[in-house]
Amino acid sequence: MATLSRTDLEHVAFLARLALTSEELGLLEGQLNHILEQYRVLSELDTGSIPPTAQVIEVENILRDDVARPSLTPDEALAGAPERQDDYFVVPVVVEGAD
Amino acid sequence: MVDRRLTRLLAHEMASGLRAGDFSARELVDAHLGLALATDRPLHAWLFLDDEAARAAADRADARLAEARRAGAGALNALPALLGVPLGLKDLVVTRGQASTAGSRILEGFVGPFDATIAARIREAGGIVVGKTNMDEFAMGSSTEHSAWGPTANPWDLGRVPGGSSGGSAAAVAAYHVPLAIGTDTGGSIRQPAALCGVAGMKPTYGRVSRYGIIAFASSLDQVGPFARDVRDLATLLQVVAGRDDNDSTSSPLPVPDYAALLPEGDDEAAALLRGMRLGLPREYFAAGLEPGVEARVREAAAALESAGAEIVDVSLPHTDYGLATYYLIAPAEASANLARYDGIRFGHSMRDGDVLANYLATRGTGFGPEVKRRIVLGTYALSAGYYDAYYVKAQKARTLIKADFDAAFERVDALIAPTSPTVAFPLGARMHDPVAMYLSDVCTLPVNVAGLPGLSVPCGLSDGLPVGLQVIGRAWEEARVLQIGRAYEAISADAGWRRLEPSDLPALENPSTPAPGVAAGSAA
Repeated sequence: MATLSRTDLEHVAFLARLALTSEELGLLEGQLNHILEQYRVLSELDTGSIPPTAQVIEVENILRDDVARPSLTPDEALAGAPERQDDYFVVPVVVEGAD
Repeated sequence: MVDRRLTRLLAHEMASGLRAGDFSARELVDAHLGLALATDRPLHAWLFLDDEAARAAADRADARLAEARRAGAGALNALPALLGVPLGLKDLVVTRGQASTAGSRILEGFVGPFDATIAARIREAGGIVVGKTNMDEFAMGSSTEHSAWGPTANPWDLGRVPGGSSGGSAAAVAAYHVPLAIGTDTGGSIRQPAALCGVAGMKPTYGRVSRYGIIAFASSLDQVGPFARDVRDLATLLQVVAGRDDNDSTSSPLPVPDYAALLPEGDDEAAALLRGMRLGLPREYFAAGLEPGVEARVREAAAALESAGAEIVDVSLPHTDYGLATYYLIAPAEASANLARYDGIRFGHSMRDGDVLANYLATRGTGFGPEVKRRIVLGTYALSAGYYDAYYVKAQKARTLIKADFDAAFERVDALIAPTSPTVAFPLGARMHDPVAMYLSDVCTLPVNVAGLPGLSVPCGLSDGLPVGLQVIGRAWEEARVLQIGRAYEAISADAGWRRLEPSDLPALENPSTPAPGVAAGSAA
């Protein structure tokens, strides 16, 4: 299995939306490659005919009637927001030209 | 010296004392809060104690007790199981109007807008939540050192870890701050700290307990469970929280047995449960890395179970060695998806650094700690284009094989017994700079999560003066049998000298000059 280069690491950290310092990147590169070495043991397993398991209990889809139930009020839902305006969360402009 | 006697009672002794009028719920809660407030600085089991809310709840419990006492014995017996009994919740259980940080800076200041189902069930059962316990950030760790708010110490040796990730819950129960606590277990996070702190802890079958309102780590593995100082108390708390919840579609609609009715109070009756039972010793759990002192205690426990009438059978779980890699691919992959929600927009820590993308990068880069970042990066990598089949799908296939090992073993035996942790509590700092060494702390517990099975840890003696845990693993949904084996082991070891020992560093916790965990003892000198 592959090893992780510094460039790979920077790319994956960006995909995960994590700003990492160069010190963090340096430390992580060594640690992650040590962890990846532990995964190598899996290549010993012949899994050609083995189906994957995503979860282990036999619970079927459980559906409920599509009816409204009591929920959070707008004030409760917005109580933890770093910035709110009226009943909305505030984010920077995403679509250029929008007003 | 403050009277600590009420804190030494078991939860079921507290329940009967309250009904008999031997003491009030207020006295009980005051005794526990008094001990916790006086001794937690060097232990750091708690992230916060809500003494005002706890005392108000105790007064309400006393009013209910008084009313029932006037109405007669029938009304007293009909009171809910936990009425007036104090307990702690791991800091990832969301409760309305209270803080929950999951041990993370990214949730600093977050106040719960609703109660987790298990918190609501505990309150309905009369339980008094005194506060939230320390934990590894987002439950990622085996020592509680990855808490953003500083580590917890082990009451048996304040220089050692309590285990993790539910280390605060385990330490609080061991130090008599509460008789009961809630934890979560994704790879061993209840059982391993229970073992290291010398208390009982159980991870129920995946799906047995609702996770609505539990801050998620790895959703195909996470499960909620109890800590206590004996198996019957463990069963009482499990009974309160177990069962189907319409707000968690992964919670099982299977009926929950009456655990108390299946767990005898008398030791002879409890020991008799072992007759004719077949217990497997999985040979792969007695491999390299297991401390000799831990192996000796677990084999002695197996011999004692055999003398009491159980049949001990050697079994093999041949894919055990693949458990660590399987778990450490699946758990980080699921974590990387679950933790995507921390965006700094709707709640929690938030950094502004320009556009939306810059805000995400800055918020998450400064809000998460090193272990969480490590796992998010690992999980993102394992799920990324070109590696998905080689890592994530491969691990899911190994998961099939690990589960099949357990299925085959359970055709021959009723339950498995094994060490909970390969070592006793290790020194603070010992594994912090070597993630793989930390991950190996859970090598005996994480296959049980991979297979979704119930697992229990009960104390089985000491090695070098530190507690050792005996793990009992059962078939899916057979918590009752697992608890019966734990109760039977308690019964047959009731006269053992180590059962009468209190954690060795309790006197140091009472000493106001003892430093907080992780602060070197002579550093002020």
